[in-house]
Amino acid sequence: MHELSIVLNILEIAEHQLKEHAGNKVDAIELEIGTMAGIEMDAFHFAWDAALPGSVLERCKLTIHSVDAKALCSECGYMYRMLEHYMACPACGSFRNSMIQGKELKVNSLEII
Amino acid sequence: MCSTCGCGHADMITITKIGDEENHEHFSLHAEEAVSHAHHHHHHESGQAHTHRHVHEDGTVAHHHHEVPTSRIVVDLEMDILHKNDLMASRNRGYFEALQIVALNLVSSPGSGKTSLLETTLTALSSEVNCHVIEGDQQSSNDAQRIAETQVPVVQINTGKACHLDAQMVQKAYKQLSPENRSILFIENVGNLVCPAMFDLGESARVVIISVTEGDDKPIKYPDMFHSADICVINKIDLLPYVQFDVDKVKEYALRVNPNLEFFELSATTGEGMESWYKWLHDRLRDAP
Repeated sequence: MHELSIVLNILEIAEHQLKEHAGNKVDAIELEIGTMAGIEMDAFHFAWDAALPGSVLERCKLTIHSVDAKALCSECGYMYRMLEHYMACPACGSFRNSMIQGKELKVNSLEII
Repeated sequence: MCSTCGCGHADMITITKIGDEENHEHFSLHAEEAVSHAHHHHHHESGQAHTHRHVHEDGTVAHHHHEVPTSRIVVDLEMDILHKNDLMASRNRGYFEALQIVALNLVSSPGSGKTSLLETTLTALSSEVNCHVIEGDQQSSNDAQRIAETQVPVVQINTGKACHLDAQMVQKAYKQLSPENRSILFIENVGNLVCPAMFDLGESARVVIISVTEGDDKPIKYPDMFHSADICVINKIDLLPYVQFDVDKVKEYALRVNPNLEFFELSATTGEGMESWYKWLHDRLRDAP
């Protein structure tokens, strides 16, 4: 349940920004989460609903941009959509690759009122 | 309730040096002020604003808009959610490198034998090499008490409800330990094959431990942990005749997830296979930057 830690980290970032901008409330937040970031989305939403009542993020509009993981095969150079860490290159079957994207775990933007 | 002092801090993090229990420390991660200050830009959808420059505590110069309070402000942040942990991990890593400390983050499911592996390792090595241990558990100091029996300095972190160690807990713990130059710091993470994968502690290497009493398909069931590890220790090999566990298969699965993994097959109980593990530890210490 590290998703709760992630939610609390987001809350901390939001509180910090709210203070910095002397705002009253966060009205909307946009996150970017890669499919290989290690976040179970059901657990994330559960933690989000559980942790935020009474906080500056309560009732704020949450938008999550999911980023599909992509890998570049180290053997043949083929770029493919990675569904699992142990997914072989569809072109040559190699497991050696470097992940191009899919580990994102970011707060993209906040709207403060 | 804290079992040492009786205060109502069970949901906070507690750090206790074994042998110096009176001076244990409680803290809450969320209550701490964010350590970093990101660069960001924002614009106003309404209202008046003005812009100025100022210098942050870290010496960087930022442009800021100051807004009237009624406006809606969009802050384009592009900030990593774990930036605070990652910054702290970088600081830990710098500290370890400066003191030539080899810091190992030991991760596994509960019951794979992390503490037994440590006990055997410390008993064998602590006369030749300076060793220190940080024990992470949600509750109790049982593991730290076991380590203390080997006479190696140990600090217990009780994470309360948290399912993993993070870089800040580790920093507070090694400050209590004050490890010497050229030593090995073993950090035994909370027994959990999922959550600790996400949290960099600033370690020199991550060691994932799997025992032969577990399923040999664990690497593909819990790929994040095997993907982030450098070393894979296969423990309890003395039990291989009694269990359905295929060593070649677990290695094949693990290499699919992470083709760079290095393996050790050993039994912390019988001592079989421990020599190559000790050699690796000695080599790491010798080659510490």
